[in-house]
Amino acid sequence: MHPAPSVIIFTTLSGLGFGLLFFLGLGLPDVSGWIAFVFFAIAYGLSVGGLLASTFHLGHPERALKAFTQWRSSWLSREGWCSVLALIFMGLYAIGAIFLGQRWGVLGILGSLLSLLTVFTTSMIYAQLKTIPRWNMKLTPAMFLSFSLAGGALLAGQTRVALPLLLVAALVQILYWRQGDQALADSGTDLGTATGLGTRGAVRAFEPPHTGTNYLLREFVHVVGRKHAEKLRLISFVLAFFVPVVLLLLPFNHLFALLAVLSHLAGIATSRWLFFAQAEHVVGLYYGKR
Amino acid sequence: MTQLPQSTERKLGLVIDLDTCVGCHACVISCKGWNTENYGAPLSDQDAYGANPSGTFLNRVHSYEVQPAEGHAQLIHFPKSCLHCEDAPCVTVCPTGASYKRVEDGIVLVNESDCIGCGLCAWSCPYGARELDQAEGVMKKCTLCVDRIYNENLPEVDRVPSCVRTCPAGARHFGDLGDPDSEVSKLVADRDGMDLMPEMGTKPVNKYLPPRPKDQIEEQIDILAPLLAPVAEEPKGFLGWLDKTLEKL
Repeated sequence: MHPAPSVIIFTTLSGLGFGLLFFLGLGLPDVSGWIAFVFFAIAYGLSVGGLLASTFHLGHPERALKAFTQWRSSWLSREGWCSVLALIFMGLYAIGAIFLGQRWGVLGILGSLLSLLTVFTTSMIYAQLKTIPRWNMKLTPAMFLSFSLAGGALLAGQTRVALPLLLVAALVQILYWRQGDQALADSGTDLGTATGLGTRGAVRAFEPPHTGTNYLLREFVHVVGRKHAEKLRLISFVLAFFVPVVLLLLPFNHLFALLAVLSHLAGIATSRWLFFAQAEHVVGLYYGKR
Repeated sequence: MTQLPQSTERKLGLVIDLDTCVGCHACVISCKGWNTENYGAPLSDQDAYGANPSGTFLNRVHSYEVQPAEGHAQLIHFPKSCLHCEDAPCVTVCPTGASYKRVEDGIVLVNESDCIGCGLCAWSCPYGARELDQAEGVMKKCTLCVDRIYNENLPEVDRVPSCVRTCPAGARHFGDLGDPDSEVSKLVADRDGMDLMPEMGTKPVNKYLPPRPKDQIEEQIDILAPLLAPVAEEPKGFLGWLDKTLEKL
């Protein structure tokens, strides 16, 4: 898949932002006044910034409101609803915390759940696609949720919770890579089933339908950069999990905490780049590519 | 509404004969010609006369080589367009309701004025049947020439999809695949018509007729062969001298 910057920025930032909102809604940390304002400003900056970035790849962003109509069948529509509801609930909760010094617990818990649900709906947009076996796995929502929770805990300064959550996220990441590398082969789809000619012999793409490129090849067949995948996996793993865990184990220091967050963010963005760049769409098979 | 209908009254679709297709790409051109000036936005080209031409097409013809375990390889031309699936994933993923399947004939269409160009329907299609038009920013796909097949302004012979009308080899057939007595359904039954990527669970309406097996050229005993063996292997006499002399030069 083409790793479009808009979706990588969107899923990375909004995942982190909704993760932070999840913890803020639970009162972790229990903040009010100016400190609450800073926390909520960061959370809203990340989540809303991410959502705005996601509209950049649309052909007609001015019609984006129509995307709220099909929540019965479409995960993308459900994501729209969940994100707006989460932002409204958490916004009201934030007003209470910042201006009134009140902690409206039930509202916060509802906002927290909606924030997690938003991350889940985002992950299901990818996980529902049978055409991309590497995404069509239960580990895809597990990965999005565990990353969001670990990053949220880190941003919220919940050191004791962040440590186990980072370890869980690291484990999910390794499992995702292991299963993902087998996913296309396990799906049973190859050029033989794609053309229906596989029972007659070995099928080979002989002549492409066009000499130039097209939308399908640009969008679905991204092979540039895959050769560095192993190195990028190592870099992303070290940045996203190893460095933050080491920094959390050291005596607490605001500079270390900031470094841990930035390192984690860079690592997750790299992992998300790989999530797209390594995903093989079955339509590539028709072109003898993957 | 992007929920799929429980069932459709008819299942209009194509039957494509891989045995007959000669790979001339006439269907590709006729499709582009008809659809760029009729239903919805035109099918744009980018850098059409430059170094990197690219454009929107609703129908494309691949060519594959099939090498059986024994015998000669076979070249198969393979036209591919929207299969108007019964369980079309491109319809249910659409967030705006722009992508829909018609109850009356099962045609999958895009309402372009509702399309936000998110591309998710193209992601969900295993067949590469949808292309986002780069000029218009909306999703384009085969309409089964919905503006021809019911068009009473056209002579009756032209009320079929443009690709079917154009095919010089008669490799493309159009009809109601939901009616077991239709010509196309009989053709599918006779020739073991098949689905593409059945494991995707899309239940395509369009069917492909596999190529017929090739004639086997058996090793034959030729009783005249001994009599036809060349008599003079080596030139003799003057020709023999000439041959040797020329070799030496």
